[in-house]
Amino acid sequence: MIELDRVGRSFTVGRRRAKKTVHAVRDLSFRVEAGEFVGYLGPNGAGKSTTIKMLTGILAPTSGSIRVAGLDPTRRRTVLARRIGVVFGQRTTLWWDLPLRDSFELIRHLYKVDQKDFRRRLTELTELLGLAGFLGTPVRQLSLGQRMRGDVTAALLHDPAVLVLDEPTIGLDVVSKAAMRDFLLRLNAERGTTVLLTTHDLGDIEKLCRRVMLIDHGSLAFDGTLDDLRATAPGEASMEDVVARLYSA
Amino acid sequence: MRTYLLLAWTWLRASAQYPGPLIMMMLGSFAVNALDVAAILVIFEHTGSLGGFGLAEVMFLYGTSGLSFALADMLFGNVDRLSQHIRSGSFDTMLIRPASAFTQMAVDRFSVHRFGRTAQAAVVLALALPQLGLAWSRVWMIPLMVLCGIVIFASVFTLGGAMQFLLTNAPEVANAFTYGGSTLTQYPLSVYGSELVKGVTFVVPLAFVNWQPALFVLDREDPFGLPYWLRFASPPAAVALAAVAALAWRAGIRRYRSTGS
Amino acid sequence: MYISTRLQLCIATVYSAPGTRPNPGGIPGKPDRRPGRHAPARHRKYGCPRPGHPAGWQGRSDAHREAAFLLYARIAGYGFRRHSTYRAAAVAGAFTNTVFGILRAYVLIALWQARPGLAGYDLADAVTFCFLSQAFIGPMQVFGGGLELSERVRSGDVALDLVRPASLQMWSLADDLGRAAYLLLLRSLPPTAVGAALFGLVAPAGPAACLSFAAGLVLGVVVSFALRYLVALSACWMVDDRGVQSLSLVTTLFFSGMVLPLNLFPGWLGTLAEALPWSAMVQVPADLYLGKRDALEALGFQLAWAVALLALGALATGAARRKVVIQGG
Repeated sequence: MIELDRVGRSFTVGRRRAKKTVHAVRDLSFRVEAGEFVGYLGPNGAGKSTTIKMLTGILAPTSGSIRVAGLDPTRRRTVLARRIGVVFGQRTTLWWDLPLRDSFELIRHLYKVDQKDFRRRLTELTELLGLAGFLGTPVRQLSLGQRMRGDVTAALLHDPAVLVLDEPTIGLDVVSKAAMRDFLLRLNAERGTTVLLTTHDLGDIEKLCRRVMLIDHGSLAFDGTLDDLRATAPGEASMEDVVARLYSA
Repeated sequence: MRTYLLLAWTWLRASAQYPGPLIMMMLGSFAVNALDVAAILVIFEHTGSLGGFGLAEVMFLYGTSGLSFALADMLFGNVDRLSQHIRSGSFDTMLIRPASAFTQMAVDRFSVHRFGRTAQAAVVLALALPQLGLAWSRVWMIPLMVLCGIVIFASVFTLGGAMQFLLTNAPEVANAFTYGGSTLTQYPLSVYGSELVKGVTFVVPLAFVNWQPALFVLDREDPFGLPYWLRFASPPAAVALAAVAALAWRAGIRRYRSTGS
Repeated sequence: MYISTRLQLCIATVYSAPGTRPNPGGIPGKPDRRPGRHAPARHRKYGCPRPGHPAGWQGRSDAHREAAFLLYARIAGYGFRRHSTYRAAAVAGAFTNTVFGILRAYVLIALWQARPGLAGYDLADAVTFCFLSQAFIGPMQVFGGGLELSERVRSGDVALDLVRPASLQMWSLADDLGRAAYLLLLRSLPPTAVGAALFGLVAPAGPAACLSFAAGLVLGVVVSFALRYLVALSACWMVDDRGVQSLSLVTTLFFSGMVLPLNLFPGWLGTLAEALPWSAMVQVPADLYLGKRDALEALGFQLAWAVALLALGALATGAARRKVVIQGG
């Protein structure tokens, strides 16, 4: 479903005199099969967001090739957009001044979702994510937890085959976090949606992901199951310590 | 096109929920632009002709330029907000949608107040036309020149937007060309220096928004003595500029590097 | 509901900051009138000491005034620095102002060639006026905005500012003066220089004209600030303040002298425009530069409007505090 082959992305930063090239991602290769639930870990600045932006067609890679749902994200960006859903935890993809319901309506037009399918899915998601109380509220007045649920709904209205989540539980309270995790698990199990998720919350990883990839300094430092990950540092008691060890390695 | 209309309609409906501020903004936009007309009227309080053109002729130039600019601005003007979208990260959001980023930017927050300026320019043009006593054999040029003007201004807006892929921190540069172009064409080009006029004829073809075709409509000599056939050159000039703008926009998207997080 | 909870939280945070204590026995939700971290900046309203306060906060001594002055000077310095991070934008603005200066100069030249000596200006005066008005756009923020305040009113963060033990208006004014100083360097000098190179501008009449022009500039910025402050604060009472903003833009552009010199306006319109506060932003400083007006009278006019508008701003700030802080938005 997602294939990266020797992908690199570099940026030139600084002005004329202090110009240098930063490799945000270098020589990155991995495959994610349909129906997988993969956690994508890495310290700040490791290249997670850059990878996600390349997968979704926002950024073009400087080298290598990418295929998502069989498409080249840069060349077929608008076609791909209909097959994937994206959630950025740090910012909303909804329209700030519009009530949630109007945002969804706009998305229906953008994605050309059939009216009947749209109604059905919205009803279903409203129930699963408990949106009923604030569908008429402008996005700027929503709490973080409500907004995040709205964003996830927006990303799923067109029933994408792949869902990419960039820190979807950031800043959520314990209850909202648990609800979000339950929902994602159900989505993956019942609809077979492929999920790729970045997070700094290892609870997300432990509760959700069968497979973990860890990126550091722009390349893959680990790729395996959760148990494999634990086995890399048998002495460490908690998951935090295991990952901390990999980060500092 | 379909996407544009659907989105525009949704935005219009959404914005209609708060009619008060909208009406104020529409009146505001009407009034801001009426100031330009007020300026012209004040100038003609003191003189009978400006650059060799009378009040009705200047109003005609103002009206055609204003109408083209207002319609281009209404339909595509938002494109020059690119740097805001890039800095806030909302441009990334547009790129994950299954529609062209250009369309989405152009239609973003489409609301009624955008009609204010169009209405104002149309009123001026409607007032100016009867006073000119134009021959029917020349009137056909007017719709064509407004259309070409829309294409030229829309291209300038697009170029101004594309420029912001490079100058993300200096979006104001675009204003010099977009709003500057609008101001320039509101007056007869005969008031400007001849170097400036050659520049906007042969480099950035703003002279084809209204000046050259207006010389035909008003049946006037070219004060700069440029060839007669230029009066009919608006369509090719508009098409050429549109092509350049489209290429620049594409090049910009390819170079796009997104923000930090 | 959510907003008011957030406000309570904000207020609680402010009052648990070092140097402050919770409001003992005060009215719940009412800001404690006691100096906090920014103590020297006490507004008169906060200046009255309450019994039992530690020494050093009492009275409006000279030392205190000096401290307040230093604080505001520092805020102005921050304003200057904060804006210097937008250098590219300022340079771009200067470019745009220059282009418009050139375009408008040609129109005025055409007019003055047809009517030499119109309105007491000769051709060179008119062109100079045109480039000066372009140079004022940055520092006087003729197109509105420039205050962080409007954003903070919209987000509700203004509640934090209103409970600060310093006058919000004076604080913002100091910051705005810093902004104006920076933009004077980056956005006013280039258009003037280009105008001088292309068309040859008039120099100020002499050292006295220079001095009164400088004073007129500062007072112009204060009047401009006071007006923009009122516009920004109006958002406390409105769902959407864009209407007020566009209204303010129209009046500012037309009555400041930005569109055309006010002495071209015919009859009563001219008299009205010269009397309104907006003329203090462009027409008056430009006339001071050109030496076309009695300096004391002109500066007195600007000062009177500055004081009147700042007083109005103080009243509005009080009303905003009552509304936002006590009623919780």
